[in-house]
Amino acid sequence: MEQTVIILYQVLYSFSFLVLICLGLAVIFGMMQVINLAQGEFIMLGAYVCNVAVKDGVSLWLSFLIAAVAVGLFGILVERVLIRFLYGRIIDTLLATWGLSIFLVGGTTIVMGPTTNSIPAPFGTMYIGAYGIPAYSLVLIALAFVLLIGTYALMRYTRAGLIARGTMQNPVMAAAFGIPPQTVYMLTFGFGSALTGLAGAIIAPLSGVSPTMGIFFIAKAFVTVIAGGPMVLLGTISASALFGSISGVVDYLTSSVLGEICVLLVAIVLLRLLPSGITGKFRRGI
Amino acid sequence: MLEIAGLNAGYGRIPILNGVSFSVAEGEVVGILGHNGMGKTTLLKALIGELRATGGSIRLEGRDITPLSMARRARAGLGYVPQGRQILPQLTVQENLRMGEIMRGGVSAIPEMLETFPVLKPLLARPGQALSGGQQQILALARCLVGQPKVLLLDEPTEGIQPSIVDEIAIALKHLQSALGLTIILVEQDLHFIAALASRVLIIQRGRIIATIAPTALADPAIVAEYLGI
Ligand SMILES: Nc1ncnc2c1ncn2[C@@H]1O[C@H](COP(=O)(O)OP(=O)(O)OP(=O)(O)O)[C@@H](O)[C@H]1O
Ligand SMILES: [Mg+2]
Repeated sequence: MEQTVIILYQVLYSFSFLVLICLGLAVIFGMMQVINLAQGEFIMLGAYVCNVAVKDGVSLWLSFLIAAVAVGLFGILVERVLIRFLYGRIIDTLLATWGLSIFLVGGTTIVMGPTTNSIPAPFGTMYIGAYGIPAYSLVLIALAFVLLIGTYALMRYTRAGLIARGTMQNPVMAAAFGIPPQTVYMLTFGFGSALTGLAGAIIAPLSGVSPTMGIFFIAKAFVTVIAGGPMVLLGTISASALFGSISGVVDYLTSSVLGEICVLLVAIVLLRLLPSGITGKFRRGI
Repeated sequence: MLEIAGLNAGYGRIPILNGVSFSVAEGEVVGILGHNGMGKTTLLKALIGELRATGGSIRLEGRDITPLSMARRARAGLGYVPQGRQILPQLTVQENLRMGEIMRGGVSAIPEMLETFPVLKPLLARPGQALSGGQQQILALARCLVGQPKVLLLDEPTEGIQPSIVDEIAIALKHLQSALGLTIILVEQDLHFIAALASRVLIIQRGRIIATIAPTALADPAIVAEYLGI
């Protein structure tokens, strides 16, 4: 019984963690087809904004919001000065965002120092039997679900979501309906950035905050979104569920290094069997 | 309604349109006829703003819309049904229709449009990519009309569509045109279709309008041979 609960918790936690670091990427890479190699640094920026705000006495929850807004605005800036010139040019995008990533890591190191900062996680430790978990991780799980459902509902049911989906499918036709595509691209990139920054802030109390923290997430996030396939949100959910379950179980039974290896192996096999991802054969969805 | 004067446009450095001038009165249907590759699609793309004019001007209701972007021209009242239909593949039929009126305020025109095109009703929840060519064409037309454009630009609505649906589209257009007083620029290669709808037919050749003929003249093989014969 106890063991089942712990494994269930591990799986939920791994799933939620993956969802958080993937959601922004699902929008920016999945929907917009922009390969933003600085995605991990957007997470890092969110974490730092949160860190600075908390140090200045702002409450953790308000700091989350500030991180989302700040990184969202930063994303809009990056879209305006860099990305908008590079839509459809994959190699140029890779180079430019790689450069941006290096710049952000370097810049943050200079300004904030190379050391790892921490944000105290609220609520202390909880015990499942003798097994201690940070109670804050339950908050992280809850927030991941809220963001996931919120993003899905926004894309699926709102006017703004329809405009974004339609414009990404065919910007020229969007313009024929009177929609300014450049503005939609800019705002969608900003929204994806805000989600990414918010994710960084939410994970910060558990992961710590350092200039190079993005590196740990970027590959995992890309693998997950790619494995998810063309229906970006459903794909991200299913791939996160699959990989989250594997790493949750393996982490519990052995070590987290082995969990990562297992996830990678499963991803490779999965993409051999389903080259266009888990949702590649879905007829509809987002 | 629409006045086009000395319009030049092309792709990159390749000029295609060469001083195209004509005007369209309110409620009029003007047909544009020409061989493949003569610049019909290019003309419509230049009108809607997908291609920038390199010379000349386009006026809509007296206002110069040449400097406006495609989105602004659409909001100013130009509706465009492109060649190949361009249904958004992963959006449902319902969502495709909503896209057509998404920037227009006021009441939705979708329920009314579904009365005009009842074939779309059972398809509303299907993704656009699951529709047949004829269904897609009807959807493309309905999607444009719900935006309530002042001028409708139609690019080969009958291309690759079975005759029964061509007739259906012709009847619906005829009906809508007289009911709403729609102004239409109709690019077509189907002579019957164009003769049934247009009040005037412009012949385009290598990016120029070389003649204007009456639709009745399309029944005359000699005239057809003169302008469209090879
Ligand atoms: N994207 C493009 N880039 C360069 N040239 C193009 C492009 N699209 C069309 N053209 C050229 O412009 C000319 C006019 O093409 P356009 O599509 O306007 O012809 P059309 O009259 O619509 O023909 P169709 O009846 O086949 O639709 C053709 O010579 C074509 O090769
Ligand atoms: Mg054409």
